[in-house]
Amino acid sequence: MKKNKKITWDYSPAPESAAHINLKKKYVLYIDGKWVKPSSGKYFKTINPANNETLAEIAYANEKDVDKAIKAARKAYDTVWSKTTPSERAKYIYRIARLMQERAREFAVIETLDAGKVIRESRDIDIPLACNHFFYYAGWADKLEYAFPNRKVEPVGVAGQITPWNFPLLMAAWKIAPALATGNTVVLKPAETTPLTALKLAEIIHDAGLPPGVVNIVTGYGDTGAAIVEHDDVDKIAFTGSTRVGKIIQKTIAGTDKKATLELGGKSANIILEDAPLDQAVEGIVNGIFFNQGHVCCAGSRLFIQESVAEKVIDKLKHRLNSLIIGDPMDKNTDIGAVNSKMQLDSINKYIKIGLEEGATMYQPECTLPKNGYYCPPTLFTDVAQSSTIVQEEIFGPVLTIQTFRTVDEAIQKANNTPYGLAAGIWTDKGSRIFNLATKLNAGVIWANTYNKFDPTSPFGGFKESGFGREGGLHGLSAYVKLK
Amino acid sequence: MERLNVLKTYKIYIGGKFPRTESGRFYTPLNKKGEQLGHICLSSRKDVRNSVVAARKAFGGWSERAAFNRGQILYRIAEMLEGRKSQFIEELIFQGSTKAQAEKEVNLSIDRMVYYAGWCDKYTQVLGSINPVASSHFNFSMHVPQGVIGVIAENSTSLIGLVSLVAPIIAGGNTCIVVASKELPLCAITFAEVLNSSDVPGGVVNILTGESKEMIKPLTEHMDVNGMIYGGSNKKIVQQLRESAALNLKRIQTYDEDWMKEDAQNLYMISDCQEVKTTWHPIENIGGATSSY
Repeated sequence: MKKNKKITWDYSPAPESAAHINLKKKYVLYIDGKWVKPSSGKYFKTINPANNETLAEIAYANEKDVDKAIKAARKAYDTVWSKTTPSERAKYIYRIARLMQERAREFAVIETLDAGKVIRESRDIDIPLACNHFFYYAGWADKLEYAFPNRKVEPVGVAGQITPWNFPLLMAAWKIAPALATGNTVVLKPAETTPLTALKLAEIIHDAGLPPGVVNIVTGYGDTGAAIVEHDDVDKIAFTGSTRVGKIIQKTIAGTDKKATLELGGKSANIILEDAPLDQAVEGIVNGIFFNQGHVCCAGSRLFIQESVAEKVIDKLKHRLNSLIIGDPMDKNTDIGAVNSKMQLDSINKYIKIGLEEGATMYQPECTLPKNGYYCPPTLFTDVAQSSTIVQEEIFGPVLTIQTFRTVDEAIQKANNTPYGLAAGIWTDKGSRIFNLATKLNAGVIWANTYNKFDPTSPFGGFKESGFGREGGLHGLSAYVKLK
Repeated sequence: MERLNVLKTYKIYIGGKFPRTESGRFYTPLNKKGEQLGHICLSSRKDVRNSVVAARKAFGGWSERAAFNRGQILYRIAEMLEGRKSQFIEELIFQGSTKAQAEKEVNLSIDRMVYYAGWCDKYTQVLGSINPVASSHFNFSMHVPQGVIGVIAENSTSLIGLVSLVAPIIAGGNTCIVVASKELPLCAITFAEVLNSSDVPGGVVNILTGESKEMIKPLTEHMDVNGMIYGGSNKKIVQQLRESAALNLKRIQTYDEDWMKEDAQNLYMISDCQEVKTTWHPIENIGGATSSY
């Protein structure tokens, strides 16, 4: 009876509790220090992509609401914020950072519920980094003259900021913290599928006693964002999202004096050389492409392995894929959570289909995906060429293409052969080789023997069609200042 | 008997060579007295594209040259300019400047080149950073050149407007395609001759004369141009540059400056044509040993 019984070594469930979080049923707009109903009267639902359950209803801001928010930001800039001393500005931002830290666990749970990302990542990466970003930029507020030698530093004015759904709170922090530190006021629109943590941040900003209108949060879809971009009284647009939308924004503001920073798409190369520590490299590959379900603009989505070790690395990688835990994002053991939305899952599946149609070989580990919600197993494609659609275009999901190369020069040429230039990974034990590759790879961030690392002190941003401007670090200040 | 002057044929400068425009077209700008400045090349779209190819080809070598060597070459340009000073002054006067203006413009151009020569091996030190990340990594950011830059020189000067834009671009390791002033083209071509004799590799600077309206479009819309610099204040041109930048997200910089001012030069004009590249590497941290005794 018992013969051939397969022993499985499943982890026991380790679910994070959502009992301690505070979520309202309905969220309105945060404008001029007050919670106000949208003049459209419309609301939309934000769902948990892990089980398709509605989390809350969110106000849908129209042009009128955006206008109101921008007017509030202008007034706050003219009457209060530009007159607040830099050291006082710093103290407000420090205060926000501390309040966020105090409520970090709540933020992590809400982020996971709203975005589908695993709790391990929102708890250990998204939320701490967001808090640290405020803490880092707070200190810059009264030291700006040291960042720009020989220049007088002035704020830009009112910043319109549009953030994506892949790192909702972190991207809001990347935008708001440097803008405030440099003395600007803000109108921020979070992505429609993940608005909750930005709205919770508005609560904290309110609690911190930031003067009304300095930060305004308006929720809505693409047209809400467009209303910000098109508004005459915005001095600066900061956008993180797709290259397609980035180009539209660039075109829209062409005839104006608006400044812009655009953080756009990528198709980053992760290069494994034969002398690399292969087990570490395999972990780096997994972290490079499966971190946050591959919803990462700098994901290492094009893997290049030196021919002599290609077979070995691919075997190890497949083996590793089989031990990844895919499922409930709220479980502390889960490695790969839910895809952010149905729309995104459809898009990923479209690319998987194209990959197969173009003759690539697919590998997915055997796994059972939860019945409700949106999930995609980790996916490898071999037998692809530089011209394959799935090698050229950003998929923004857990899909990795694998190519091989013989020489370092070939790796450099293949890696650079893309309109993007956001990031690149290099795996080798040889220092001189790292510096050669790091010099010649056209990307804004180079991870050598590591991947997908972020820090408030480290500037992030791309070359070419991955956008322009940097976020983070000293260099991230440039986006929000005028030099005189 | 009076000696017959040898007149100069003004050509364009592409990939280190002096062709006439491939189109065979020319125009004859006049000075204020109504004298012809010359049969100047009316460059074509094809000349623009050829220049972009030349600039791209030159970029790898130029950007990877030692910064010190780039500095020496820029200084060499200044030396050559100094040697040709009287020729530039004559051309400026012929194009309508007073003698005093002409002398000032040439002197300033030489000094500006020396200024940027000095920056070549210093700007990455001033602009770069070592970033104290919280994890066990060594992390640094440095400026690297954007690549191929299109330059629309400001129209009302012949030399200083051009030198003011080109010097910071090449000091930073970029290569460029310059659309020279249509009405005052003579110094641009003579400047190309200076570059050609200053160890500046062919293709690093390419100079075209003619109708800027005709050349701006193919230049800004070229998918292999990384950035555009405009040294004037024409709002239409500014908008045109910014709009076509949406095609491949070109970096656009426009300067509304009086280039004859002595301080119309700074470090930030170099960084405007640079990208910030940040590199991470783990730091091994196994044992308990610290750096104190």
